Amino acid sequence: MKIADKNTKAVDLVREALEKAKKYEEYHCFISMNESHALERAREIDEKIANGEKVGRLAGVPYALKDNYLSREGVTTAAARMLDNFPSPITATAVAKLEAEGAIMIGRTNLDAYAHGSSTENSYFGPTLNSHDTSRVAGGSSGGSAVAVALGIVPFALGSDTGGSIRQPASYNGVIGIKPTYGTVSRYGVVAMASSTDVMGCFANTIEDADLVMRIMAGKDPKDSTTLDDFWTRDLEDAKPKKKKIGIVKDFLGNGVDEEVKKTFLDYAKQAEKAGFEVEEIEMPIAKYGLAIYYIIQPAEVASNLSRYDGIRYGHRAAEITDLDSIYNKTRDEGFMPENKRRIMIGNFVLSSGFFDAYYLKAQKARTLLIKAYDEAFEKYDALLCAVAPAPAFKLGEKVNDPLQMYMEDVMSVPPSMAGLPAIAVPAGSSKSGLPIGVQLVGPRKSDQVLLNIAKSIEESK
Amino acid sequence: MAITREDVLHLADLSNIHLSEEQIEPLMKDLDNIVGYISQLDELDTDGVEPTYQCFDMQNVWREDVIEEFEANREDLLNLTVESEDNQIKVPKVL
Repeated sequence: MKIADKNTKAVDLVREALEKAKKYEEYHCFISMNESHALERAREIDEKIANGEKVGRLAGVPYALKDNYLSREGVTTAAARMLDNFPSPITATAVAKLEAEGAIMIGRTNLDAYAHGSSTENSYFGPTLNSHDTSRVAGGSSGGSAVAVALGIVPFALGSDTGGSIRQPASYNGVIGIKPTYGTVSRYGVVAMASSTDVMGCFANTIEDADLVMRIMAGKDPKDSTTLDDFWTRDLEDAKPKKKKIGIVKDFLGNGVDEEVKKTFLDYAKQAEKAGFEVEEIEMPIAKYGLAIYYIIQPAEVASNLSRYDGIRYGHRAAEITDLDSIYNKTRDEGFMPENKRRIMIGNFVLSSGFFDAYYLKAQKARTLLIKAYDEAFEKYDALLCAVAPAPAFKLGEKVNDPLQMYMEDVMSVPPSMAGLPAIAVPAGSSKSGLPIGVQLVGPRKSDQVLLNIAKSIEESK
Repeated sequence: MAITREDVLHLADLSNIHLSEEQIEPLMKDLDNIVGYISQLDELDTDGVEPTYQCFDMQNVWREDVIEEFEANREDLLNLTVESEDNQIKVPKVL
């Protein structure tokens, strides 16, 4: 990516990005633009450069921010009516770190409301269109960020991934998507979805760019006590895999996976062999339960996290109400999208007395088995390889009326999330009709940079 | 198991969500499908397995009880609410 210096003005980089955003308006990547702040910050950086002052590693680089990150520059909506006029009182740690290095947020990108969804169609502001075919979905929930990077509006964009929300839209739009190890980047200042699997990551067009952005955002934050000590510290070429072995999860190659996706994925596995990796099929029978585990634990955490939206302290409040109970109930009816309501209600179902043991507790035990299966696999392999989603981007409207079909999108992306593992999505090819198809590399905790190193060596072997 | 109309109303009540009549029927169908799907965990033997609530087994992260500067001030926070007066948030009469 281009970084501002004596010859490249930050103002020009930002202007160019804003112009492109305007040119591609029909894709609806953005919920709001940050034009005046962005240009003001760009001028400040140019002035510093002219004065010979030190500027950061991302000086003048324009980026797009998923609209569930808070930043004091403007309004954060989470693409929900509940927050459609919420002036962020704080700035997310990830955003503050990027800005300290000179990165400039040009606009806030569209998502499924509260990041609940796999297509960006659940946005209160309408869907984002796929970068390669405007009759198809962007993927989700971080659809706006993925498309903004795919269209070249910005060199990188932030997303959040709870069960695939970075990886699946990355795959649908042919860009790189990083879901780091749980706890790599602070969650402070990001609208909470499911706290035990929410991670903050990014989209980029090159592995080096993604590595730099993650390196800057990573690290311990006193404001998020689940953050890990900074481990994103190596040069990429030093993060070499030790075993040179990759496992293919056989359980994800069965029915329901599109033939073109399967072929792209197997071609990528062959390419990995050319790059010097030993590739073997492995069985992981527990993996197919990942989706059921996820759709118990995640709604339970959603129900809990979204109970704060009561219309009292912030956010939307239903009008002309005279009693407290109705404020809660009507506000939540009006402020949430149908998918938000389904998840809250499923969450309260699995947590309610009589069902807690059979669903919530059962799923947390099954989660232990899933983690164990991964730990065993990583005794043998540096990484596991699988597709990101069962098929390329689907048509707009195709799955909106069938939530369970929409959930099936996440079948291969949720297992690593439940185990807190890093998973990166990289472009691997495309369908005959030109739709991008990505693959996913999953590794042991804190092996994020090793995964990038592997992807890089496979890319270079082509 | 089948999700009934009463179940939907009970869950809406637990969730503090008012549902208009036309939302109830579709929710019955959707929640029934979803519960049917997640019930497949019954097949798994989890006897004697400890549950995982946090992937890193992290527990009770302590910090010193000291007051730190916060980037938002009282005015910022009161601005977030629909109605306030004399530094207090206004709600309808509770009692």
